Amino acid sequence: MSATFRPSDPVDFVVIGAGAAGGVMANELSTAGFRVVVLEQGPYLNEKDYKNDEIGYTYRPGLTNNPKVQPITYRKNESEQARPLKAIEYGRQVGGGSVHFTANYWRFHESDFEERSLFGEVAGAGLADWPIKYADLEPYYTKAEYELGISGLGGANPFEGPRSKPYPLPPMPVKSSGVLFERGAKKLGLHPYPAPMAILSQPYRGRAACVHCGFCEYFGCEMRAKSSTLVTAIPAAEKTGRCEIRPNSYVRKIETDAQGRATGAIYFDAHRREIFQRAKAVVLCANGAETPRLLLLSKSKRFPDGLANSSGLAGKYLMWDNGGLAMGLFEHPLNEYKGIQVTRVIHDYYRADPKRGFYGGAGLDARFNYYPAGFALHGMPPDAPKWGPDYKKLLTAYFTHTMTVLAHTSSLPQLRNSISLDPGVKDSWGLPALRVTFDYHADDVATMQWALTKQIEILEAAGAQKTWTSSIAMRDMMPSVHLMGTCRMGNDPKQSVVDRNNRSHDVPNLMIVDGSSFVTSARQQPTATIQALAYRAADYAIAAAKRGELGRG
Amino acid sequence: MVSQILPSTDGPGAHEAGVVYFIDRALATFDADLRENYRAGMAAVQQKRQAMFPDSAGIATLTNQRQIQLIQAIESTDFFELLRTHTLYGFLGNPSYGGNRDRIGWKLIGFEDRMAYQPPFGYYDGGEQ
Repeated sequence: MSATFRPSDPVDFVVIGAGAAGGVMANELSTAGFRVVVLEQGPYLNEKDYKNDEIGYTYRPGLTNNPKVQPITYRKNESEQARPLKAIEYGRQVGGGSVHFTANYWRFHESDFEERSLFGEVAGAGLADWPIKYADLEPYYTKAEYELGISGLGGANPFEGPRSKPYPLPPMPVKSSGVLFERGAKKLGLHPYPAPMAILSQPYRGRAACVHCGFCEYFGCEMRAKSSTLVTAIPAAEKTGRCEIRPNSYVRKIETDAQGRATGAIYFDAHRREIFQRAKAVVLCANGAETPRLLLLSKSKRFPDGLANSSGLAGKYLMWDNGGLAMGLFEHPLNEYKGIQVTRVIHDYYRADPKRGFYGGAGLDARFNYYPAGFALHGMPPDAPKWGPDYKKLLTAYFTHTMTVLAHTSSLPQLRNSISLDPGVKDSWGLPALRVTFDYHADDVATMQWALTKQIEILEAAGAQKTWTSSIAMRDMMPSVHLMGTCRMGNDPKQSVVDRNNRSHDVPNLMIVDGSSFVTSARQQPTATIQALAYRAADYAIAAAKRGELGRG
Repeated sequence: MVSQILPSTDGPGAHEAGVVYFIDRALATFDADLRENYRAGMAAVQQKRQAMFPDSAGIATLTNQRQIQLIQAIESTDFFELLRTHTLYGFLGNPSYGGNRDRIGWKLIGFEDRMAYQPPFGYYDGGEQ
């Protein structure tokens, strides 16, 4: 039974953003007895709204931010004038990106939390250790895997840190891409393992198993088999009777009082009326792009540079969704459009090694990265004709016989890469547009190029008749869908935005929990870590609120 | 022009799939803001045709060889990329948008369009190799 609260009555927590992190926070806090309002800018859809419609969800922004109403501007560096361009993309609905993601669910490695110490300094980058270690997050990775429903084979990845429990569900059935990838990787002495996926291989907690329709990446699951917060944490939160999900609620400011404490959030409702939801504490989970934008929008006399921004780092250190694609053509049909995207992974190239001459590493997965029209547009070899009878002949032959090896590579935190407010362009509510400033570090490019040689090597070892790669030029890597680093976590308030518990250094009753907390990008696939951080931050927030530290506002 | 991108040789092409109906509907609905790109783009193509083949009256009445020459002359333009994008979505997108008539685009490339599949999905995961 969903609760209904009056905006003028302060609830215990207002959560901004109902995505991977916000859904978890809402459930944990309401289950612990607190009253929670969740403000989500997107609509509240469910499985009946979703279709296997490539045009609706890839060509048109079905489940993601729409630049026609919320323009995004992009520039490579500060000397350029930013121009409208959809440089980043995020899930814009109840469930957020956990609804339409591919559902790769990788834990970060122990080394990811201390790469500055292990690898050393990288010129031009702000590489730093996290203030927490893998061991601090391990119980929460396990909690996320069990609460949400993750399929995989515990212990199969020899490079992963110790785990306290196996996965709750066995791995998904292997596809032809997985069989071939495993064959090629083993020939090279590598260690392929079944992909951990936020998709149910068997019925779990009242939800049915996946039927292998093939429409995961970019799509909402019509079977409720993808373990998004929309079908897990959020309905559980509503069932407590203490949580209200308020969709179509676009927050423009976090309000503060004379003491500098957060007092709630001002938002536009579906009719664009301004409403102030009062709360004793605020939990900001709006993703690595909208979270810093909202902090910068929330400036006041007391916080002239934006809220929680005494360090000047809100919006800085934006990290990108790096990694190139390699394709392989095989003799027999793979029919990769059937079934989930990814079934096999390797982490042999994960760890950064100074001997390579650059910082970086890669996780590789076997998949098919395309739906029919997308393959016809972007999946064919660069040397193939682009139209005409020969193009049609090749398209007909290649669609069922091709697979992808995708690299997920490191993106270095750089101070010059950021989310900021565009001084000229406004969204359709009149708020300054989100401005992206981003360019690769030379080591990011070197890592992607090096990884591509490994991807091709595996495809060739697997017996591919022909291989080719995608472009890794910046314009071809947009939009970035992993948004990380823009409110980094740290012990020093001058060098970070949130503390080791995801609490703002500056505003004691403001928690910030999403990809923005990441100190490093690891090897992408941020969702498991976003959700583990959320479970951990929720434990902290519950204890702090019970001590009266958060709840006095 | 869409029939040059996906001709009707060796199986159905853009014509049989109803790609032009898809484009008409797209420009009347979700891509209405691209109508001007089409007007300007088509005007430029007509100009090019006039310059290349002064004796011709329209694109549709050009010989096949001249149509191919005309497209070769414009294939690196933004307008051609837009037309190609629309053609492929109209050929391989969901039929509810007016293209991919009788799912002929999907049938041609081997996409089965079912709501559920069971393993083995392909040759290599079938254990028969």
